[in-house]
Amino acid sequence: MADQRKCECGHTNPVGTVLCEFCGKPVEENGDRAFPSMRYEGMARRSQTHNKTLVDHVWNFFSSVKIAIILIVITLIAAAVGTIFPQQRYIPVPVSGESGVAAFYKDTYGMLGEIYYLLGFHKLYSSWWFVTLLVMIGMSLVICSLDRIVPLYKALSKPRVNPHLSFLKGQRLRGECEPGSDFAADETLAQAAAILKKKGYRIYREGSTLLGEKARFSRWGPYVNHIGLILFLLGVLLRGLPGMYLDEFIWVREGQTVAVPETPYYLKNVEYKTEYYREDEFPEQLDLENRLIPKNFQTDAVLYVNENADLPGAEPKLREVKSGSITVNNPFVYEDLYLYQASNQEMQLAALNFTLIDKQAGNKELGRVKLDLYEPEQEQVVAEGITVRVISYFPDFYMDESGQPATRTSQPNNPMFAVEVRSAQDGAAEKMIYVSGRIIPESEGGRYTLQIEMPDFTDITGLMVRKDKMLPLIYFGSFVVMVGLVMGFYWQHRRIWLHLEQGRLYLAGHTNKNWFGLKREAEFLVEQLALPMSLVLDSKSKNSAAENKTKEEEKPT
Amino acid sequence: MSLITISEWLLLLSFFLYVAATIVYVLAITGRRWANREPKEHEQRYGRAGFYLVVVGFLAQLGYVIARWIAGGHSPTSNMFEFMTFLSFCIILAFLIIYRIYRLTVLGVFVIPTGIIMLAYASVFPSKVTPLIPALKSYWLHIHVTTAALGEGILAVGFAAGLMYLVRTVPQERPSKSTAWLEIVLVVVLMLVGFILMVSTFANLDQKTVFQVPQFDSSGNVEKTLEVEYLLPAVVAPYQSTIITPGPMTPWFEAPAWMEGQDAARKLNTMLWSIISGLVLYGLFRLVLRKRLGAVLKPLLDDIEPDLLDEISYRAIAIGYPVFTLGALIFAMIWAAEAWGRFWGWDPKEVWALIVWLFYSAYLHLRLSRGWMGTRSAWMSVIGFVIILITLVVVNLVIAGLHSYAGV
Ligand code: HEM
Repeated sequence: MADQRKCECGHTNPVGTVLCEFCGKPVEENGDRAFPSMRYEGMARRSQTHNKTLVDHVWNFFSSVKIAIILIVITLIAAAVGTIFPQQRYIPVPVSGESGVAAFYKDTYGMLGEIYYLLGFHKLYSSWWFVTLLVMIGMSLVICSLDRIVPLYKALSKPRVNPHLSFLKGQRLRGECEPGSDFAADETLAQAAAILKKKGYRIYREGSTLLGEKARFSRWGPYVNHIGLILFLLGVLLRGLPGMYLDEFIWVREGQTVAVPETPYYLKNVEYKTEYYREDEFPEQLDLENRLIPKNFQTDAVLYVNENADLPGAEPKLREVKSGSITVNNPFVYEDLYLYQASNQEMQLAALNFTLIDKQAGNKELGRVKLDLYEPEQEQVVAEGITVRVISYFPDFYMDESGQPATRTSQPNNPMFAVEVRSAQDGAAEKMIYVSGRIIPESEGGRYTLQIEMPDFTDITGLMVRKDKMLPLIYFGSFVVMVGLVMGFYWQHRRIWLHLEQGRLYLAGHTNKNWFGLKREAEFLVEQLALPMSLVLDSKSKNSAAENKTKEEEKPT
Repeated sequence: MSLITISEWLLLLSFFLYVAATIVYVLAITGRRWANREPKEHEQRYGRAGFYLVVVGFLAQLGYVIARWIAGGHSPTSNMFEFMTFLSFCIILAFLIIYRIYRLTVLGVFVIPTGIIMLAYASVFPSKVTPLIPALKSYWLHIHVTTAALGEGILAVGFAAGLMYLVRTVPQERPSKSTAWLEIVLVVVLMLVGFILMVSTFANLDQKTVFQVPQFDSSGNVEKTLEVEYLLPAVVAPYQSTIITPGPMTPWFEAPAWMEGQDAARKLNTMLWSIISGLVLYGLFRLVLRKRLGAVLKPLLDDIEPDLLDEISYRAIAIGYPVFTLGALIFAMIWAAEAWGRFWGWDPKEVWALIVWLFYSAYLHLRLSRGWMGTRSAWMSVIGFVIILITLVVVNLVIAGLHSYAGV
């Protein structure tokens, strides 16, 4: 096989060329066979000329649109399968541990659920094979673009101004004037140039040929779009690297300041509130059956930076950096830290209140005792010479297996206190226990008791803590995708040739999309020039049959 | 008169105008062979009348959108009723755009009914203006939903033109696989119509059936009982339920045990009724017309070049695809990032938007590089819109049970 092929116009084409780079004549003598596809302007591409080494095979695999479509369809089907039952993270009831997850699918959805779980579909979107699919689409995007961009660039930057007659006759849209019709060639072409120019075409003239070309840039649309997709996927994959993405959750009581995990920041919840719609705010009378519709969930917060964050073991030294409110849909943003209003627990017990009573003095009230459930004071002075000391505290009290008091969690869901009341006057010390809303004295007939008062409540806000360093890249990629789509779909690359040869005038047109629009413009041109010419637009089905014959994936032997 | 009442009247008006427009469009095509008429002129005259009716209907619906927007204080896209209504609005808008380009009268015969069905489907859902819960209070939500709906509306025109291509090109002389599939598509459309008819009829009849449904815990003991109310006559009862208020008929059978959830059996019942009523409608048509539906519709399109229909379908998809990408994926991601701190979470609705997008991507690649035009491309445009409907209907009402707005 010759390495280079010489066309009759004198141009030498690289192997794999379908239409001569210079004049557009089909490179292979194909006799009766249909005119080859105009795709990629008939230029040679690497994927069709190399198939020896492993690299060639990998390259050819990923540059094939057929493979791309298969990858897209597999991804589509897999994505759909993942929605048959909820993904693990959307399980609607609390489950604990892997066995709990397994039991959920089995109990809720029966055998199908069990199979779903066993196949790993409950975590489909983070499974290795799904991620591999995405990576393969990414590789395919990179390689298919490289494979096509260079030849397409070469072809588009050198439009075939004076093509071979067979090129013109091979176009889907074409027409020719009967011979013998006499017209001044130069004048007609000059007129045509003026008309096409008005329609926004760029005009190229060479000898007795005229080429009008419009919106060439739209041919780059798909590639711009693919580059955008590559950037997007890159962002998604890099996000998986450590430090790129932070996902934490904090609960903060009103008045409390907590460390924001994995950052040098501290956050104070100044106030949390939920607002509800009032009846008179409804645009229309609604039958809500006494349900309330929330209007706003809001935390007013202050963010501090710990200036000693770099000194291990040092006391935190806080400096306020920003304050503001956090509501749903309006996160609190400081540099790359985002805090989202995600959850709340309202009217939670914050402190228990009691009045200390001296029974021997005729139930005399001695003073108030406050037991903070989060940071209980070890000892408080209630009255002159009388103190109350906390001996032990179990926020979420229960009796463990060995019969010892213990706490399940650090949340005060069921607080239990053991306290000791001491009197400095007589040195007496009396112990008592608070549990489940009752006071149990250590011994009957003691002198003191605690009378239960209204406890303090607090609102706790739940905030998501996020950092997403890849978000700008992901947005940028999306933006590029849109630019590419708009370029490629809302403009079409149109070319119209007028060519005089041996007294005949030929017209040919090509576009990558919207033949209807191109035909209309060509008809307008013919009409304006008053040419005795009728245009033909080949049926697509005929064309596509021809395209099936010259399959794109066909390799030269 | 309050703004909401005005908006309701405008919506009703637009509905009737669309119905009238469809009739005029059908007459424009079928009337060409009427005696002593110039066919071309007849089609033009009627076609223009149909177009004006659509424009006026569209303006009325625009009035509805604006009035309801002002009255509710937010874009009317916050529940199923509002969304489906808005989708029908977008389909009509897309029709106006595509019609401006191609000026094909018969497009109205297929696209306007698509819009009407969506509008009628919307009316099945509660139509009260509700205040926005905090999660929906974001201007990104409005931008996202309206753009996505517009994209879907344009893709719906691609569907209608694709369907027209199939009706035009599938040979009807003798039954074949193609005629069978085409009939199936038309039956599915009739099921949607049947569903709308059933629900809107029974909504006014007050023929409720109420069940008491036990809920079981994981070891099979009764945890609690719930009450479930059917609007439609009960064909299928919830698993192990008892009837409290009997309806117009006794259920034929019980839903299987694995159909959990308070509403699963009711949704199954509604689905069965849609299938039954769709089949009954189809049977009636066949009885009266004595022809396949495809054969009934075909003469409407005999004068049209199939290539033109192929072109329109493709063009609509080419216009709609970028809008859908922007609205349903990119704006959705920006909103999700603002609201939940993650731009993508693989929640079923997000996944289905991605599926629709991937499907149309496959369509474009197949068309561009595998030469899938004409019939195959038309089938894909039909399937694509079916996937959109699945996304809107099934995912909203069945899969994403938490977000279901519906009462039927
Ligand atoms: C999810 C992934 C993808 C999306 C959303 C996408 C999107 C698109 C779009 C919108 C077009 C323009 C189609 C038209 O103009 O009708 C296009 C064209 C194209 N795509 Fe993709 N694509 C994807 C993946 C791929 C992959 C993996 C390949 C690799 C082989 C590929 C190869 C091509 C080619 C060769 C074209 C034609 C370019 C031209 O006309 O010059 N695409 N793609």
